[in-house]
Amino acid sequence: MNTPQTNSIENASKNRDKSVIEIKNLKKSFGDQEVLQNITLNLIKGENLVVLGKSGSGKSVLIKCIVRLLNPDEGVINVLGENISTLNTKGLSTLRQKIGFLFQSGALYDSMTVKQNLEFPLRRIKKNLNDKEIETKIIEVLENVGLADALHKIPSQLSGGMRKRISLARTIVVDPMIMLYDEPTTGLDPITSDEISALINKVQEKYKTSSIIITHDIRCAHNTANRIIMLKDGEVYMEGKVADFENATDPFIQSFFQ
Amino acid sequence: MKENNPVLKAKGFATRQSLRISEKTIAKKTDANNYLADVADVFLFLSRIFKETFSRDFEFKEFLRQCFQIGYKTLPLISIIGAIIGLVLTIQSRPVLVNFGAVTMLPGMVAVSLIREMGPVITALICAGKIGSGMGAELGSMKVTEQIDAMEVSSTNPIRFLVVTRVIAATLMIPLLILYADALGIFGSWIGANIKGDVSFVLFFSQAFGHVHFMDLFPAVIKSFFFGAVIGVVGCYKGYNAGRGTESVGVAANSAVVLASLLVIIVDMIAVQITDMLM
Repeated sequence: MNTPQTNSIENASKNRDKSVIEIKNLKKSFGDQEVLQNITLNLIKGENLVVLGKSGSGKSVLIKCIVRLLNPDEGVINVLGENISTLNTKGLSTLRQKIGFLFQSGALYDSMTVKQNLEFPLRRIKKNLNDKEIETKIIEVLENVGLADALHKIPSQLSGGMRKRISLARTIVVDPMIMLYDEPTTGLDPITSDEISALINKVQEKYKTSSIIITHDIRCAHNTANRIIMLKDGEVYMEGKVADFENATDPFIQSFFQ
Repeated sequence: MKENNPVLKAKGFATRQSLRISEKTIAKKTDANNYLADVADVFLFLSRIFKETFSRDFEFKEFLRQCFQIGYKTLPLISIIGAIIGLVLTIQSRPVLVNFGAVTMLPGMVAVSLIREMGPVITALICAGKIGSGMGAELGSMKVTEQIDAMEVSSTNPIRFLVVTRVIAATLMIPLLILYADALGIFGSWIGANIKGDVSFVLFFSQAFGHVHFMDLFPAVIKSFFFGAVIGVVGCYKGYNAGRGTESVGVAANSAVVLASLLVIIVDMIAVQITDMLM
């Protein structure tokens, strides 16, 4: 079992050559509140990395810093070899095309149908596709998430689980290399939650993505994680495999896993 | 004994007073800093709109959709209000003009007042309510539900897609709505004139437009473009900068209406002063 920060730094340097995301000494505050304090972690190519932690521990802030929706106060974030803090608007836009972000709320565009929601990023990122290829691609991803019949529905006609699936379809339609999932199973019943977890694994297998999954749902972590990082008070508290966490004697870890 | 010492009492009083004054000074400085930050924010927002307006990838399809939303969907409301303003203005003015034996001036007077002032200002205020609040609420809820963030991470510039299209559509559609309201106002006036009198449609309109000159129409059209731009920018700014909670959607919509209405009146005042100087 690896424990706190020092071991995670060692792992980060060990896996540097295989890393698609490297974060070093990341700090982020909102006013007086320090949300992230000296976070160091890496995402290895092809793995599902689950980031666990209590609500308010800075999990969502962490992945928003990765796509620069929030600017870090200190630290370095390298994504696919690019330091995101030094990228200009065009460079950032190009890098974002390789990253899929599944928002906690789904963030489907209310005024558009499911088809238009999927077309939106596709027409902007894959500019070389013609109408027929776009249609084929949309149907293919909708079949992958099991909602091919929802093509002409609007978001308000969809259930919570369906919205998450469509949102996932919108994210994978542009073939991202990295997936960032922000609380993918929050607010869903256990059956739908398991379906979403299975979809995350399917996406990893079929599209060969590397993913960071932010969650406080142990069931989801269990189903999807290749490796887990636990955040506490804005720092990496523990890093390891699912079994390491299950066998941990630390009361804080136990309160999650038992 | 110490408690009754007048020197210590005075010293304590002076310390408390100076603390109060410094707290007030700090509070005022914070207010001033916040105000300056807000002003800087508005200018930054305007510069981003300006920059994106002239970018190569203009979202033409979304612009047409916004023209439809702003122009066509506001048409029924503007039709009713335009006709009623003309009708009421005629019914209220007629008795006074009859007393002075100047009833033949009625079509011209109504036309000039509608075209120069009443039509543009009232239509702009109605648009500030309907379109400004709509933009504030729509963009505000998009912000709260992370749709704007989703747009940003999917490599789409939200200012270009959401804001520029709405601001340009409002700038172009509101002058058209104002001209339409003016025309319907004069039509309403003709109906009003026929309630107690008998004037033919052709005579009424020829008398009305006989009194309208180029310098009545031109400044009114120019200022209506500014009304449109103000409504679009304020609605988008308030929505785009809404807070994170659902309450902020209501706040964004409400403050968009209030600020847009206020700015419409201020722009009108400036426009009238400029027109007056030029004439």
